[in-house]
Amino acid sequence: MSRAAARRATNAAMNVLAALAAVVVILPLVLIFGFLVFQGSTALNVDFFLHLPKPVGEPGGGMANAIAGSLILIGLAALFGLPLGILGGVYLAESRDRRLPWICRFLADVLNGVPSIVIGIFAYTLIVLPLRHFSALAGGVALGVIMLPIILRTTEELVRMVPASLREAALALGLPQWKVILRIVLPTARAGIITGVMVAVARIAGETAPLLFTAFGNRFWHHGLDQPIAALPLQIFAYAISPYDDWHRQAWAGALVLISLVLVMSLLARLATKGLYNRRGNYG
Amino acid sequence: MLKSDLTGAATAERLALPRSLIPARRGGVWGDRLYQGMVRAAVLAFVIIVVGIAALLVYAARPALATFGWRFLATADWDPVAEHFGVLPFAYGTLVSSLLAMLLAVPLGIGAAIFLAELAPFWIRSAIAFLVELLAAIPSVVYGLWGIFVLAPLLRRWVEPPLGRWLGFLPLFQGPPYGVGMLAAGVILAIMVVPFIVAVSREVLLAVPNHQREAALALGATRWETTRLAVLRYARSGLLGAVLLGLGRALGETMAVTMVIGNRPEIALSLFAPGYTMASVIANEFTEATSDLYLAALIEVGLLLFVVTVVVNGLARLLVWSVGGAVKEVRE
Amino acid sequence: MRKLTVVAAVIAALALVAGSQVPAPAPAAAELLINGAGATFPYPIYSKWFDEYAKVEPSLRFNYQSIGSGGGIRQITERTVDFGASDGPMTDEQLARAPGELVHIPTVMGAVVATYNLPGNPKLRFTPDILADIFLGRIEKWNAPRIQAANPGVTLPNDPIIVVHRSDGSGTTYIFVDYLAKVSREWEQKVGRGTSVKWPVGLGGKGNEGVAGQIKNTPGALGYVELAYAIKNHLSVALVRNQAGRFVEPTIESTTAAGVARSMPADFRVSLTNAPGANAYPIASFTWLLVYKEQADEAKGKAVVTFLHWATTEGQKYAADLLYAPLPLEVVRQVEAKIGQITFQGKPLLVAR
Repeated sequence: MSRAAARRATNAAMNVLAALAAVVVILPLVLIFGFLVFQGSTALNVDFFLHLPKPVGEPGGGMANAIAGSLILIGLAALFGLPLGILGGVYLAESRDRRLPWICRFLADVLNGVPSIVIGIFAYTLIVLPLRHFSALAGGVALGVIMLPIILRTTEELVRMVPASLREAALALGLPQWKVILRIVLPTARAGIITGVMVAVARIAGETAPLLFTAFGNRFWHHGLDQPIAALPLQIFAYAISPYDDWHRQAWAGALVLISLVLVMSLLARLATKGLYNRRGNYG
Repeated sequence: MLKSDLTGAATAERLALPRSLIPARRGGVWGDRLYQGMVRAAVLAFVIIVVGIAALLVYAARPALATFGWRFLATADWDPVAEHFGVLPFAYGTLVSSLLAMLLAVPLGIGAAIFLAELAPFWIRSAIAFLVELLAAIPSVVYGLWGIFVLAPLLRRWVEPPLGRWLGFLPLFQGPPYGVGMLAAGVILAIMVVPFIVAVSREVLLAVPNHQREAALALGATRWETTRLAVLRYARSGLLGAVLLGLGRALGETMAVTMVIGNRPEIALSLFAPGYTMASVIANEFTEATSDLYLAALIEVGLLLFVVTVVVNGLARLLVWSVGGAVKEVRE
Repeated sequence: MRKLTVVAAVIAALALVAGSQVPAPAPAAAELLINGAGATFPYPIYSKWFDEYAKVEPSLRFNYQSIGSGGGIRQITERTVDFGASDGPMTDEQLARAPGELVHIPTVMGAVVATYNLPGNPKLRFTPDILADIFLGRIEKWNAPRIQAANPGVTLPNDPIIVVHRSDGSGTTYIFVDYLAKVSREWEQKVGRGTSVKWPVGLGGKGNEGVAGQIKNTPGALGYVELAYAIKNHLSVALVRNQAGRFVEPTIESTTAAGVARSMPADFRVSLTNAPGANAYPIASFTWLLVYKEQADEAKGKAVVTFLHWATTEGQKYAADLLYAPLPLEVVRQVEAKIGQITFQGKPLLVAR
């Protein structure tokens, strides 16, 4: 085979492999989604979204408080994790310090590997024990800590990918460093950072273990951020490990709602940030 | 063959303007000081949090550290009633399941990311990207239950018997097929980790400037060669970041793994055998730990997981650095 | 960028406002929220009770979360909840660690059953020593002579027994191994009692559901679960020979019978396994609610005490439908007396009705 033909063949083979990889990656999602829809769609009705949980065997139970609770917890976590994460990521990408960035990057990767239950215990010791009660706040902090390394590292990598030519052009025009970051670099990296944030949100939306000792769960509406609060993963977990089919179906329905929530948030985030800069660091 | 240093990173470094040459405009100096202060504060806060967690773990694990000392690392015994504790089988389980997961997830994840960033027609791109992100949102308890009811029986009936028959001469594939076990844990971890790798890798690949690709194409490279030479090399650091994110998730995942790994604190070579991971044992026994020593032993396992994560991350970085040159300075 | 910041700020502000406001219509002052935590086993019956009791006392809200018996014990000790719940009685050390005297109130009973997956779903009988030896790894195959001898007329396959136990610490495990320790000297010495033990053989499933699911999907598996899980998953349940020598089927009646056949200690911290009655199922137990004898808050204390009274009398009728065994009547009388001893500033909270 001639050299050119060999190269074309390799190209074709690699294209096929890449496409295959994408299919294999999607396959489990299709299977799991199918499983959830098959098992849980019967439990999805108006009651589910409007009502509080009911004991087993009674119709009309729902997860309204858990849905609201999950949204609030994600909001709290983002409040804590987003500023720290994005600022930290910018620092890691831009700084010329010798040691601190390296340590920070390493610690971020380490924190990412800490089991979420350990982070829950941390938040429990820090917030729940001194206050002597569980609270939404503690849950938000625990989830925020879990989000941090994902946002930090993704922001760093995406900011790093912004071509230096853009930066240098801005600097040459006399912009101060902070304006370069805010007006040039971050908007260019915006799409990727949003993806990182959404991946982090997806991760914490489904976390159960850290909430067990912090947000605790609530069968009713909460009356303040310093009280226990319901959350979808907690409710799903409680129902899934019970012996009742009725609760199982609600658990799968809850999982479907959770996934849809994340999907909607992701869509909204993308829509709100459609801008001038396309991904490839070019204009227009 | 073209040299890999298309980017002129060294040139960029040399041209970096010293701060004194930037004209001070209104809002310039103070804005910069505020910016520097804020980012530094963010990073310091972050470091304090992580160090705080480590310190808390060490403090809470004191009784176990004092009682067992180094034996904890070498003992394979886990007996809550007699209060003999050793971390070895769990460390083995964590490392093997995570390794298996990464072996499956990294090629698939980066391959899919390449497909999504470089090769796919536009309409497929966003759709599949969304679907992949959805995978990340599935709660781990759902993964776990799907694992028990769908994955494990599938493995037990369709995957493990053929593997045992054809590759059974390897100790990796010996023993009775339970369905649950190390293989199931590795597969489910791979499924959970892949979305992270795909999502972040795709963003990184998309962020590679077009002129890199155009330069390679102009020189007559095929699409694959363009990807390999211009894009992947430029994006190397970002891809490593994506992989490490996935690895972190694999090391720390509890719920889903504990439902399908068989939870047997024993070291076995076969992938069909049940195992146990560090994160699983903490999740399983923490709420019910009765004595102080038991609790401290569990927390020490958490501390050691911290250490394992540090070591694995360090090794991964070392590996990439030695193979491909310094990972950091890829700007142009 | 500006648009994004504005949008984000508005959403954040809305979320904070929504989070701290009360979405429920009733003003906070009229409702009292009482938090409890503990065992997963009684979660269904407790939710039923709280719901029914809310019809009796609409101003009270009981919020119970199942984080495990050990979690319940820990949280009540640290006073982050108003009551705890446990499937296993607290030990002396645990009681000593609490800042006040804790009272155990039995609420319902449960049975731990031996369940298995065999072709044809035969009804098997096990003697205590057979069970212990299977879990010790001494009996490895289904058609072992001893199993065959206890089950004449049943064709048992020549397959290995795949033992399934709990991976997570649990009250169910505690009840089961407590029983094995009583009937097998070797088990008592080699393995012992606890919510988590070092199992000689077998796979670990997470939670009752995990074990039931594992058994359901693995031919030849044998494990132990709470009765409700075996029934709901349509798993075969074995008869076990009790101390009186009879092979008893685990049912609601035989479980309640196990609570009768024993002299009850004053603090209700008793193990009911291997009960001596003729109809008693040998692997049964109470599940307890844990409250402080001296309550810190009068309103909450009164609420808890009146609820306990209701649950151990009126509430018992809801038990059987959810596959829990109600307390035997003799025990209920003693429990009422105990509830009467819970005080606030020295005065009993329960007003005689």
